[in-house]
Amino acid sequence: MPNTYTSLKNKLINAFERHKGQIMQNDPEALKDMRSEAMEVFHKQGFPDTQLEDWKNTDISAALSRDYAFLFETEPEKMNLDKIFKCKIQDLNTDQITLLNGWYIEDQKLKETDDGMIMGSLAAAMDKYPGLVASYFGKYADPQKNGLQALNTAFAQDGFFIYVPDNVTLDIPVQMVSIINWNKDLLVQTRNLVIMGKNSKLTLVHCDDSTNQQAIFKNSINEIHLGENATLDHYKLQNLNNQSSLINSSYFYQESNSKLSTNAITLNGGLIRNHTHVTLDGENAGADIYGAYLMDQKQHVDNQVFVDHARPNCYSNELFKGIMDEEASAVFNGHILVRQDAQKTNAYQNNHNILMTDTARANAKPFLEIYADDVKCSHGATIGQLDPEAIFYLRSRGICEANARLLMLYAFAAEVIRKVKIEPLRERVDEMIRQRLKGELHICETCALHCDGPGKEIIFEIDMDKV
Amino acid sequence: MQEENNKILDELTQGEYKYGFYTDIEMDTAPKGLNEDIIHFISQKKKEPQFILDFRLKAYRHWLKMKEPRWGHLHYPKINFQDIIYYAAPKKKPKLKSLDEVDPELLETFNKLGISLEEQKKLSGVAVDAVMDSVSVKTTFSETLKKHGIIFSSFSEAVQNHPELIEQYLGTIVPYTDNFFAALNSAVFTDGSFCYIPKGVRCPVELSTYFRINAANTGQFERTLIVAEEDSYVSYMEGCTAPQRPETQLHAAIVEIMAKDNAEVKYSTVQNWYPGNKEGKGGIYNFVTKRGMCKGKNAKISWTQVETGSSITWKYPSCILLGDNSVGEFYSVAVTNNHQQADTGSKMTHIGKNTKSTIISKGISAGQSNNSYRGLVKITQKAEKARNFSQCDSLLLGDRCGAHTFPYIETRNKSSIVEHEATTSKISEDQMFYCNQRGIETEKAIGLIVNGYAKEVLNKLPMEFAVEAQKLLSISLEGSVG
Repeated sequence: MPNTYTSLKNKLINAFERHKGQIMQNDPEALKDMRSEAMEVFHKQGFPDTQLEDWKNTDISAALSRDYAFLFETEPEKMNLDKIFKCKIQDLNTDQITLLNGWYIEDQKLKETDDGMIMGSLAAAMDKYPGLVASYFGKYADPQKNGLQALNTAFAQDGFFIYVPDNVTLDIPVQMVSIINWNKDLLVQTRNLVIMGKNSKLTLVHCDDSTNQQAIFKNSINEIHLGENATLDHYKLQNLNNQSSLINSSYFYQESNSKLSTNAITLNGGLIRNHTHVTLDGENAGADIYGAYLMDQKQHVDNQVFVDHARPNCYSNELFKGIMDEEASAVFNGHILVRQDAQKTNAYQNNHNILMTDTARANAKPFLEIYADDVKCSHGATIGQLDPEAIFYLRSRGICEANARLLMLYAFAAEVIRKVKIEPLRERVDEMIRQRLKGELHICETCALHCDGPGKEIIFEIDMDKV
Repeated sequence: MQEENNKILDELTQGEYKYGFYTDIEMDTAPKGLNEDIIHFISQKKKEPQFILDFRLKAYRHWLKMKEPRWGHLHYPKINFQDIIYYAAPKKKPKLKSLDEVDPELLETFNKLGISLEEQKKLSGVAVDAVMDSVSVKTTFSETLKKHGIIFSSFSEAVQNHPELIEQYLGTIVPYTDNFFAALNSAVFTDGSFCYIPKGVRCPVELSTYFRINAANTGQFERTLIVAEEDSYVSYMEGCTAPQRPETQLHAAIVEIMAKDNAEVKYSTVQNWYPGNKEGKGGIYNFVTKRGMCKGKNAKISWTQVETGSSITWKYPSCILLGDNSVGEFYSVAVTNNHQQADTGSKMTHIGKNTKSTIISKGISAGQSNNSYRGLVKITQKAEKARNFSQCDSLLLGDRCGAHTFPYIETRNKSSIVEHEATTSKISEDQMFYCNQRGIETEKAIGLIVNGYAKEVLNKLPMEFAVEAQKLLSISLEGSVG
């Protein structure tokens, strides 16, 4: 099917021709070919449309019909980041690295520690460590998969780069903050690469924020490699304005005995699509994949989770929960593939949705594809509403209906929030969920995490004596 | 009971496809291929009124514009639609008055299948309509049914005798534009069954149709239409077999059910088309569109199916729950062995208020087969307090087969509840050990466990079918355990 948003497509193709040299200036040789090939794929496939099975319920045509600007270099005028963004989570000490409009803006482009850890800008890493980058870049995110992925491969110039060598444990979480602040509609394509060596440990907090009401189209790819016995704790916090579209594809590749825990918490955003792709390519590897989404107005969230059990004795556990209010819509597509010899696989998939109104929508497709017989796989999906008996129970104990509902919704979401292992972060998210449920969490002027906003303490109006 | 059990076990050890014989009967066939002339030919042969011919031609012209669907989890070579004979009928005397006049070869065929028309008529009180290749051979019990005002006849007879009913309902539930194979069927359908239950009538006997593909290189395209008027009830059964042939044969059927206020239709299928040999050669491509419409209030349509045959199965019996409080049910056991492939499930579309649907699907895969459940539960905005429960379990016997689940759930209102559960597992060592320890051999233990696993669905089948289905399960899995 030819798609209708050809003007943006042509604009991108022309822009690539004009800026090719600039885009590829830091590229290792192998990458240059990859970009040209990816551009050909984009030429052929264009943007994904609802004719494609994977995109059936997520229509990006409206988002693509805008006239976006692209940035091929960092704006010369250095922004004062402190003015537009501040993030403090009480008691949470993080190593923060920041992208502004898709460009790495810290003074020191690459931070390197004595034990060999590298952290900073992908563009800088390409320049300084071309071999290391080239051996992982594009290895897991196949540009052939769809037009957007091809487009990112062709265009992405900067993003985060983290390298944790063998046997290194990072005690402090790394917080990757990606902010968009631009006075025009902007198309941003970032690429993040995380490489973890054997026995390494890392905690990542990934925040996606917007600071004003301009429309953004962000097409981002993360490639994350977990070496043998590596442990990664990964959190995604998404709180964007309603004009923004975020297409976020994360590829986790796991070697034997590695453990992954990833948690995507979506609080606001016009159109958000999280594609999580986990390949368990070593025995005894395991992945916990969680997600919570609270959407209202006309917001749309789409979680696509693909888990590839390529080796025996691995486990995967998915839990996604969502609350949809007003005209919001949600999609969950889970796909578990158990390959022929991946015996002793344990794979679980759960998706639960609550619809608050008759105009909200939820689509779920939990999909199992199994070619091995000695496996335990199950999935469950429910779409429903709050249990009236439970509400009655609370009301009979003197809690007003509104509060009873809040309490129930909060408890519903809490199952996912409880999985957050960093305590200060969990408390923070907890509070955000509570604010969100009361309709008090909006896109803060300064920060997604709402830290310096009106510091109103939110508590349930429940008289504990009566309970 | 003991005797019955022994019989089942005997069957078990025999294995193989036992309906693979071929009956040598003089056939009347159309030339190979498909074009407007063939459609005119079929229509002329059947002396059809103009509206049917128009319907066929419209469907054919639409079909030409359509593409063959490839979204199923199925792998098969491209079908050459010009290499199929679209009309094959046993040559017969113009009109038969009683069973005695039926070709003895034909009767023999049906006897071999275990459907003695005569016997059935006397003993079980089941009215049978037997369809061989494309033509309905004999309908029994018509007289008894006539007393209640029930029309149960072959589709062609109904076209001749009740054209007004056919015109009113044909293609209303499965329009010819629905999908590729529905369009093809609408263009070339040759026969099938028609059943009309008048207002307030509870059909006193089970109605049954047997489909048999006999001739080589033919496709079978039958059409079943059931109309249940207000407050009526009918239980309808369907069975299918085909001879063993090295080449594949296409079967593309349509079943349409209309249930009005308070009507209930129970539709049971035991599908045992030839599944192909152990290397996956030959067999029937079973591409069927089945849909029921609960048009009135409190209407109920229930699909029960046991699928053991066909090299490829592609069918999704579905219910459109339009009337308030209407109910849709789907119970299925699908067994695949050797190189069989099945992509089957159900679609439930909730439109009316307080509509309920249940889906219970049990998949069993063995050998190198692939067995997929694909289902859709759709709750529209108006379907207040709609309720669905789906459960799809898969059992894997062997490490070279596949079991897949593709459930689609779409909900658009806040007062409905949709639940879906699925599990995939194999027979556990504990279960096996328990049986062995009590002196039950492995092969028999598997039969026992599989039957237990499928019981929930088998229980929904009418008596006559339940026994047959149980036997079929064992035969289909014979030799699958190393």
